[in-house]
Amino acid sequence: MDKNNNKGWLYLLPAILFLGIFMVYPLIDVLVYSFEEQYNFASQTYSGVGLFNYSYVLHDPYFMQAIKNTFILVIITVPLSTLIALVISLGLTSIKKLRDLYQTIYFLPYVTNTLAIGLVFMIMFKKTPYSEGMINMLISTFGGKSVDFIDGPYWAKMFVLCFYTIWIVLPFKILILTSALASVNQDYYNAAKIDGTGKWRIFTRITLPMISSSLFYLVITGFIGAFKSYSDAVALFGTDLNAAGMNTIVGYVYDMLYGDSGGYPSYAAAAALVLFAIVMTITCINMLVRKKYVFQ
Amino acid sequence: MTQNQTQSDLDQIRRKTERREKTQKTIVYVLLTFWAIMVLFPFYWMVLTSIKSYSAYNSEYIPQFFTLTPTLQNYSDVFTTVDLGRYLMNTVIFTVITTAIMLGVTVLAAYAFARIRFKGRELVFMIFLALMMIPNELVVITNFVTITNWDMRNTFAGLILPSITSVFYIYLLRENFAAVPDELYYAAKVDGTSDLKYLFKVMIPICKPTIVTITILKVIECWNSYVWPRLITDDKLYFLVSNGIQEIRENGLGRENIPAMMAAVVVISIPLIILFLAFHKKIMEGVSRGGTKG
Repeated sequence: MDKNNNKGWLYLLPAILFLGIFMVYPLIDVLVYSFEEQYNFASQTYSGVGLFNYSYVLHDPYFMQAIKNTFILVIITVPLSTLIALVISLGLTSIKKLRDLYQTIYFLPYVTNTLAIGLVFMIMFKKTPYSEGMINMLISTFGGKSVDFIDGPYWAKMFVLCFYTIWIVLPFKILILTSALASVNQDYYNAAKIDGTGKWRIFTRITLPMISSSLFYLVITGFIGAFKSYSDAVALFGTDLNAAGMNTIVGYVYDMLYGDSGGYPSYAAAAALVLFAIVMTITCINMLVRKKYVFQ
Repeated sequence: MTQNQTQSDLDQIRRKTERREKTQKTIVYVLLTFWAIMVLFPFYWMVLTSIKSYSAYNSEYIPQFFTLTPTLQNYSDVFTTVDLGRYLMNTVIFTVITTAIMLGVTVLAAYAFARIRFKGRELVFMIFLALMMIPNELVVITNFVTITNWDMRNTFAGLILPSITSVFYIYLLRENFAAVPDELYYAAKVDGTSDLKYLFKVMIPICKPTIVTITILKVIECWNSYVWPRLITDDKLYFLVSNGIQEIRENGLGRENIPAMMAAVVVISIPLIILFLAFHKKIMEGVSRGGTKG
C-alpha cells in the first residue's frame, strides 16, 4: 500500500505540477491582482487594497461598450444557433441518402482556423471604393442598398459578427443534436404511429423531451462560449477592437493586459472576474430552469 | 363494382400520401443543400480569390464568381514577401511538442487515476474535475505575468508550457482505462510485470482509439490557438499561423492585396482540412463525447 502511495503520486506528479503552476495558482493570484490598487507591472508594487479596480473597470466606457456588444451577441446567437441546429438536425435525421456527406460538410467549420476563415468573411462582407464585395453584390441584385459591413454602421457590424459566430458554432451543435436524435428509442415513434399521433404532437411529446438534456447542454455551453467570444471579432475587425467599437469582454481583458493599451493586469483581473461572475450567474439560472423542464 | 371503387379510393389516398411525403422530402433536401452551400461557399470564395491575379481582382468592381485566368503567383508571394513558411514551421513545432508532452502527462495521470490505488486519489480526482470548469480567461492573466517573469516571452517554452494540460483529456482517458478488465492487471502482476510495462504493453494498445482521438483534438486546438501566442510573442520569428495571418492582414502584404491574403488563408487551412477528411469519423466521435471548441 505504501509503495502504491508513492507510485500513484509519482504518476500524477507531472499533471499536478502543470495544473498547479498554470491553473490553481493563477486562480488565486487573479483574485489578489483584482484587489491590488495601482499595481505597477514594472516594479511589481501596489499602493493599497480595495475595490478601486472594479470601480475603474465598471466606469470605463470601453468596458460598457464591450458588455453591450457581448450581451447583444449572446442574446442573438445562442437561441438562433440552437434553433437552426435543431431544424438542420431534424432534417438530417429524416433522410437516409447523402446523410453522411451532409454531416461531414456541416462539420467542416469546426476544424478551420477561426482567424483565417474570418478573413474570408471579412472580404465577402467588406465594401471598398474599388470593390463592392460579394454580399453587397447580392444585396444590390435583389434591389437593396449596399452597406459596408466591416467599417460601416453598428448594426451592420453586429450582423456580420453574429452571422460568423453562428456559422462557427453550428457544427458542434448539429453534431450533438444529431447524435441525441439518433439515440431516441424507435419504439416510442412506432407506438405513436400505431396510435395515429400527428407529427407536431410526436415532436413536442416525444422528440423534444427525449433530447431536452442535450438541448440544455447546448444552451449552457452556448451561453458560456458566446460570453467568452473574442477571436471571431478579431478575425473580422482586426486587433484594435476598441477603435472599431466592437470589443467583447474577453477582448477588453486582453487589451488591458497587453498591446498598445496594455500593462494593467489589475484592471484585466477585475474585468475577468466580472465576466466570471456574469457567466456563473447565467449558468446557475440555466441549471435552475433545466431542473424544472428537462425530462428524466 | 363497389369493391373496385374502394380499391380506387385506396389507391388515390395512397398516391396522395406518397405525393405529400415526396414534397416534404424535397423541402428537407432543399434546406439541407442550402445550408451545405452556406458552409462551403466561403471555402470556394477563398480558393477562387487566391487564384485571381492582383490586378484582375482589383479591376472587378463587381466580383466575378469564376475566373478564366487562374494564377499561382499569390502562392509564391506569400512564401517570399511574407514569412508564411516560418509561421507554418513554428506552428508545426509548437503543435508536435505540445501534443507529445500532453500525451505523456495525460497517459500517466489517467493511469494513476484508473489503476493505482493510493490515499487521496478520489479527492485529487474531484479537484481535477472541478478544474474543468475554470475558464481560460481567468488564468491567462497570471500565466502571462509568470512567463514574462521567467523571461520566456518569445520562446517556444513560453508558448508550450501553459498549453500542455487538458483536464478533459485526462478524464476521457481515465474512463477508457478504467473500462479495461481488472483481471488483465492481476494476471500481469502475478507474472511480475511492472506497472510501467503493463501500461505500455497492455493499456495503451487497448485504448489506442481514445488516444488517437485526443491526439487529433489537441492538434486541432494547437493549430488554431490564437490568444496565448498573441500575448506571449511579439517577435515575428515566433509567430504561429493565427498571429501570422493577423500580421499579414495588418502589415504584411499591404492591405489591398487580398488575393495574396487569401492564398495565405488557403495554405493555413489545408493541413487541418486534410486531417479532417482523413479522420472525420474519429474527430466527430471525439467531439460529440464532450469536446467544445476553444
